[in-house]
Amino acid sequence: MIWMFIKVFIVGGLICVIGQILMDKTNITPARVLVGFVTLGAILTGLGIYEPLVKFAGSGATVPLLGFGYTLAKGAIEAVERDGFLGVFTGGLTATSAGIAAAILFGFLNAVVFSSKTKN
Amino acid sequence: MAVRAGKQTFIFENGVYYLSGASIVGKKEGQGPLGMGFDTVLEDDLWEEDSYEKAERKMFAQALSKAAEKAKLEQNNIDLIIGGDLLNQIISASFAARDFNAPFFGIYGACSNMAQSLLLGSCLINAGYCTNILCATSSHFSSAERQYRYPLEFGNQRTPTAQWTVTGAGAAVLSCVKSGVHITSATVGKIIDMGIKDGNNMGAAMAPAAADTLAAYFSDTGSKPEDFDLIVTGDLGLLGKDIAIELLEKKGYDVRPRMNDCGCMIFDQSQDVHMGGSGCGCSASVLNSHLFNSLTAGIYKKILFAATGAMLSPTSSLQGESIPSICHAICIEGAKI
Amino acid sequence: MKAQPQKAQQYNAYVQAKMPKTRSLRNCLRAFWVGGLICCIGQGIRELLLYVFPLTEKAAGAYTSVILVFLGTTLTGIGIYDRIGRYAGAGSIVPITGFANSVASPAIEFKKEGFVLGVGAKMFIIAGPVLLYGTCASSLVGLVYFIATRWF
Repeated sequence: MIWMFIKVFIVGGLICVIGQILMDKTNITPARVLVGFVTLGAILTGLGIYEPLVKFAGSGATVPLLGFGYTLAKGAIEAVERDGFLGVFTGGLTATSAGIAAAILFGFLNAVVFSSKTKN
Repeated sequence: MAVRAGKQTFIFENGVYYLSGASIVGKKEGQGPLGMGFDTVLEDDLWEEDSYEKAERKMFAQALSKAAEKAKLEQNNIDLIIGGDLLNQIISASFAARDFNAPFFGIYGACSNMAQSLLLGSCLINAGYCTNILCATSSHFSSAERQYRYPLEFGNQRTPTAQWTVTGAGAAVLSCVKSGVHITSATVGKIIDMGIKDGNNMGAAMAPAAADTLAAYFSDTGSKPEDFDLIVTGDLGLLGKDIAIELLEKKGYDVRPRMNDCGCMIFDQSQDVHMGGSGCGCSASVLNSHLFNSLTAGIYKKILFAATGAMLSPTSSLQGESIPSICHAICIEGAKI
Repeated sequence: MKAQPQKAQQYNAYVQAKMPKTRSLRNCLRAFWVGGLICCIGQGIRELLLYVFPLTEKAAGAYTSVILVFLGTTLTGIGIYDRIGRYAGAGSIVPITGFANSVASPAIEFKKEGFVLGVGAKMFIIAGPVLLYGTCASSLVGLVYFIATRWF
């Protein structure tokens, strides 16, 4: 079990470090880094490369945004298997619907309850 | 009589007097090295208003009132207000001017607003159109961030060359009535664009404009850096100041011993502001507190105040444009002791 | 006056040489441990859920995302996430909590412009591209999979 957490920590940390290097060394803005990660995650999943990493490092591979791309692509593949062509449209968003809906709901609740604070 | 020296410099022979300066800043600025010298330091940047934009215009109006009060100028006797700020459609200036029953000119020179308003005000006083003019500008960290960059609670990391938009407003009263501090000449800057595209490196984008205008001032008036006690730019920051000094050295002017920058003066490095302060309020608040007081007290006898502005917009940056900049320089002299 | 391309290039090179360098190693170390920690928290939540409740792997994964998003939005609301972000950079932006922060922060910020045209319209100004390109990429993968399995 401890070993699993170590793997999670290292793989998750390394993925973030790649993001940090891109942000520091190039003038790629954070938003574009995120877009790149999601897209890359989806493509790597499609090529069958990401699944082994998920089995190896669990949340270390699914929590970063690459993992979001993984969930999207895996959802599309499974939906295509189940529903055929319609799966191309339904698969991705259905698989990630929990996270997206949570972001919308909790984001909205935040706006109701909290206000932005001055930075110092 | 209106006199022009060279192509860009105006000489104000009829006497333009700088009667008073007022400044109001936010909490972080109050904690900086110049904190004691500002007229008002806010405890909270929202200042009991609903939004940062409303707080900024309250600061703007307060600066105008305070400057008028210090110059013993009745609100009904204000001939003209010239003002601008960083927000879209300069709402801080226009909405603040609602509170005053005076003619109003809104201007936009980004962070060069203070110098631009003083320059235009000096022209009108010198030409005899007005007996007194209120020149003011403001900026607010939070209102600028949400317009130009990211929401306040977003977890982004600032780059090493980034600067911190000052929450501050400054106002000056110009008049034809004699007083100690006076404006003798000023140079109108040109838009200079050396191809810097990084919106997080404004100092490097604006430094060439500062060097160009300062060199034009020296050349047009036949003066030298040594003639001044201080040459102070608006918000070039640490890197921009360094670059401007080197660019001027290449043009044959050694300004190093007497050059400073309001953005470097208003914060100290422990406040995690990277290259220093920026924004219209930066030069406006420092000029109308520390610099004006030093001129009145005779600590400085002659200074060159050169505020710079980066004339980009979020749209121009997204379309891949570089950052054009401008700098206006004002020669301000103190009481003759 | 706009500089000629050659002069502009020279000036850019000069500025690059003078610019203070990003403390990349320090930033990477910080991104590493914070990002790793957030992933471990995710793993911990998942293990706990599977232990306590009779969930499938998939459901546990979905609930973990929901809980992490909740943590991200709440930390944004109480004003802590921006400080974490300043310290950890990619370590806080890349995990799903960063996605939550990118939705919650504009929502809070633009409340001042009203709930419909402020919060509603501006909620996805930062996260929108992620949803757009993520969805497109997944549809593309689905399409390629469909073609590959049906026609070959």
